[in-house]
Amino acid sequence: MNVVVCVKQIPDPADPGALDPTTKTLKRDGKLILDESDSYGVEMALQLVTTAGGGEVTLVSMAPNGEVSGLRTALAMGAAKAILVSDDALAGSDALGTAKVLAKAIERVEGADLVLTATESSDGYTGTVPEQIAGLLDLPSVTFAKSISIEGSIVKIQRQTEAGFDDVECPLPALVSVTAGVVEPRYPSFKGIMAAKSKPVDTLTVADLGLDASQVGWAGAGQQIVSIAEAPAREAGEVFEDDGTAAEKIVAFLDDLKVL
Amino acid sequence: MALSKIWVLAEATDGKVTTTTLELLTKARSLADTVEAIYAGGDADAIAGQLGEFGASKVYTTGDLAGALPGVPVSGAIAALVEGGNAPDAIIAATSYVGRDIAGRLSAKLDRTVITNNTDLEVDGSNLVTTEPVFGGSTDVKTTFTAAGPHLVLVRPKSFVAESAGGGAAAVETIAVPDGGKSAGAKIVNRHVEEREGPSLDEAAIVVSGGRGLGEQDSFALVEELAKLLNGAPGASRAIVDAGWVPYSYQVGQTGKVVKPTVYLAAGISGATQHMVGMKGSKNIIAINKDAEAPIFAVSDLGIVGDVHKVLPQVIEALKAR
Repeated sequence: MNVVVCVKQIPDPADPGALDPTTKTLKRDGKLILDESDSYGVEMALQLVTTAGGGEVTLVSMAPNGEVSGLRTALAMGAAKAILVSDDALAGSDALGTAKVLAKAIERVEGADLVLTATESSDGYTGTVPEQIAGLLDLPSVTFAKSISIEGSIVKIQRQTEAGFDDVECPLPALVSVTAGVVEPRYPSFKGIMAAKSKPVDTLTVADLGLDASQVGWAGAGQQIVSIAEAPAREAGEVFEDDGTAAEKIVAFLDDLKVL
Repeated sequence: MALSKIWVLAEATDGKVTTTTLELLTKARSLADTVEAIYAGGDADAIAGQLGEFGASKVYTTGDLAGALPGVPVSGAIAALVEGGNAPDAIIAATSYVGRDIAGRLSAKLDRTVITNNTDLEVDGSNLVTTEPVFGGSTDVKTTFTAAGPHLVLVRPKSFVAESAGGGAAAVETIAVPDGGKSAGAKIVNRHVEEREGPSLDEAAIVVSGGRGLGEQDSFALVEELAKLLNGAPGASRAIVDAGWVPYSYQVGQTGKVVKPTVYLAAGISGATQHMVGMKGSKNIIAINKDAEAPIFAVSDLGIVGDVHKVLPQVIEALKAR
């Protein structure tokens, strides 16, 4: 069982994000970390490979400046190797441009049975990249998996829905996006961290992938930001320290609104 | 100037068109001369009246998908319609499970970008301008399309108010679903519906949500009890959904439901970006949190710096005594 996991390296969400006023894209100049949303896919992949009794997990990522710190985290968890696409030409890529790059990188992994992604990244959250990759690779796909098991050449999935969940079956090879909470991601062990330092990371450019620079980055994005403005702020109301009268205040507030 | 034609991806449950679809039809009417719907389901005739009333002159239907997940077959049918020379200026869908799957696939098939998570749409000349809130809704980014149409747009629920146009039933036209080839095969074999009592989270006038500040799963019972007393719906932050305390269907936020109730009571929720996007539009917000610095207090009308384990039982007691 060979599994490819798409992972994103993002600015630490603990640091408030900002848009670059000139390029109008997210600033990505600080150190990047593994998007927590992707740690679930990495863990799921490791568990599926263990259950299958063979195979390996390959990471695929796209990031500026040859950034690997997030990849090392996932390698320390147990992934075998990584492909990183890093190229100045990728700046400004839209979701489809990102999907084109990741799809080309995934094609280089031989014998992949399953491609896992998060449902959306924690910073850009378009939520369309998984289906775009599947479309480009001509793979069947199932999004929002909260449970995955493999039976022969079929992947069985519990897929979240508005009303509950559906049992879905899909032939392999396939792409599946997994929700947060699908599994509990392991903490990398000291041994894992040490081993990760020597695991192979294949760093590629857009040209290495056989893509034309006009298909990605600013050149390929079919969209352009025209303005960035502060949203109308919601005025903060009164804040009280609970002195034993909090409940009274809440009930009075509800009473005033005539909702009781 | 208006666009000439917009397609709206329609969704329906049990023969009833979703409110979000009606919102999208209402907005599309103001942007284009002609609005048509695309619908994947066996009951297009049953919903043609509602679609027409809100502005769709026609509904293209794939018919029943026999359990296939909609992404591949519906995007294939739409792409065939577009390539048949019938292309609209824009195709609009909801940021929903179905909408995202179909728009993502369609984006790859047509080689068109898709702009997601929008809360507003405008026409500028012959182009479409979208508005997307970022950083928890503190910043609005407007984006326009630079390549040829059809432009693909995903819109968040409750971005517009649905208003009837008083139109007659939409004409129903069946469209072919091309063979999905190697992409085909993802199939629903069983559906599980999680029963909930009381009003739905989407539509309740009062929502009481709980977060990590509840400390443990059992404390969510306080949130449920208060919601029931107020004839409201219980909700949750992503943190406690991920922790497995409550099902995903309770989740309010970016990845969950967008709610705009008369009253939103956040108990033990700090107000992460991901949560704020889903509830900032509530008319009145009450927040209870131990941490006086919690971002939720910046948007609350009434903020209580206190322990939810003390405050919630007192509110419940006071309401019961009335």
